[in-house]
Amino acid sequence: MSVDLVIVGAGPAGMAAAVEAAEHGLSVTVLDDQPEPGGQIYRGIERAGPELTAILGEEYEAGRELAADFRSARIDYLPNSAVWRLDAGARIAFSREGSASTVSARRVLIATGAMERPMPIPGAERPGVMGAGAAQVLLKASGLVPAGRIVLAGSGPLLLLVGCQLLDAGAEVAAVLETTAGGDYLDAAPTLPRALAGWRDLARGVAMKRRLRRAGVAFRSGVRGLAATGQSVRFDGGEIACDLLLLHEGVVPQTHLSRQAGLAHRWRPEQRHWAPVADALGRTAEETLLVAGDAGGIAGARAASLSGRVAARLAAGVDPGRLIAALDRERAMRPLLDRLFRPHTALPADEALVCRCESVTAGDIRQAVRDGAMGPNQLKAFARVGMGPCQGRMCGLAAAEVIASERGLPVEEVGSFRIRPPVKPVTLGELASMEGEAADAEAL
Amino acid sequence: MFRRLPERKASVTIEIDGEPVSTAPGDSVAAAMLAAGIAVFRHAPVDGGLRGPWCAMGVCFECLVEIDGEPNRQACMTPVREGLRVARRTDGSEPGR
Repeated sequence: MSVDLVIVGAGPAGMAAAVEAAEHGLSVTVLDDQPEPGGQIYRGIERAGPELTAILGEEYEAGRELAADFRSARIDYLPNSAVWRLDAGARIAFSREGSASTVSARRVLIATGAMERPMPIPGAERPGVMGAGAAQVLLKASGLVPAGRIVLAGSGPLLLLVGCQLLDAGAEVAAVLETTAGGDYLDAAPTLPRALAGWRDLARGVAMKRRLRRAGVAFRSGVRGLAATGQSVRFDGGEIACDLLLLHEGVVPQTHLSRQAGLAHRWRPEQRHWAPVADALGRTAEETLLVAGDAGGIAGARAASLSGRVAARLAAGVDPGRLIAALDRERAMRPLLDRLFRPHTALPADEALVCRCESVTAGDIRQAVRDGAMGPNQLKAFARVGMGPCQGRMCGLAAAEVIASERGLPVEEVGSFRIRPPVKPVTLGELASMEGEAADAEAL
Repeated sequence: MFRRLPERKASVTIEIDGEPVSTAPGDSVAAAMLAAGIAVFRHAPVDGGLRGPWCAMGVCFECLVEIDGEPNRQACMTPVREGLRVARRTDGSEPGR
């Protein structure tokens, strides 16, 4: 099978790109690992009733029209597809419903979105501790609301947003423990000039914080020494009992596929994550590979759909025109938010599990560095870090930070895991199901 | 530990560790398990520690369970359907390794 454009991901970037590309006459295949379109930001949007949309607000509701356009576009949409290999020659291997296939394309758009930055505090792996984004996903996809006392800890705009949404859903939010002083800036925000890029987001942050305070939620900022016990959260100078601890330290691009495809990645010091090297329009060093949305750097859903449309026009050989200016305006909001919600640089405590799959602590990693592990890839041989089923998604960033601090080097010099295919687990049965050219050894 | 918004009606029955559990269409197996009050999905293969879902979006691989006889499936990435069978691996073993 060969098409003009394969899009990996059906979030705002992937959906908008698919609609735009189909309008320009391209043959489009969309591969997404979820059963429904929307990505994480618009997760479950097609099934959301009035109760849920009242909680999640108009930014979520904005996804409904995009999902409807996506459904009616002349595209080949393959949900439940796990992409496990991408070649710069624009050939993709993926598994779907128990069998594996390949598809070739003139161009591939990587729109794999973002994930929550793992926050390795001691006890974070216990049941009763989750990402704040995970709680939001459960609310969006299944209408699930945590029962019992909730504490939110970490930083970033999503932390406050999830707190407000859970309140609106009738949950008991006991406290918000902010690891940065960032939230304090929000208190001063109304005095900032409205012309400032990002003012609207700031004003929202102020309103959210006020809403939480009015509801009696306790706030602490600059919190250090977080640890989860399963029944409570401890921190330097205190402990709060809770049934569910929600951690959040911002979101980071999902880079496994772009890395495996061989694209160069750049360290973004302001948000402490890696992103594929691409120009403002999403063009990479490989002519066949484009990047859009948060997979290329965190800029939010509005920027994601714009960048998806820009990439689709590039793939169709059409001038992106005014879309570029709109995208620039959207991205101009970020620098201020990035500064306010800069992830705190406190390194994981020795007893914190950094690699959950192989149960390796930050202390184990520090010992491995003293024993001679120079970077993340050697760490695999020393301590099996990154060699479990998640393939380093959960530990990669934190492991590199720990090594960098032990060696006194910047993270970009320490580097990151080398990612090889398959980037998602594949069964032998799925491989055996591959036919013809796809089944030759080279495809693997 | 989780309740469901009233607009989500349960109409699908799956089986978790041999017990019938009523769940809603559109749920993942992980959501169905959490809604049924299950917090512990497995024991970690290396240290035996209790684990449950962290990301709910396919990244962390902490929600691995046996689904319809196939071990190590991601509960958060598997949609429920009538008659689906879930077995937790809480004995510390991890088949296939």
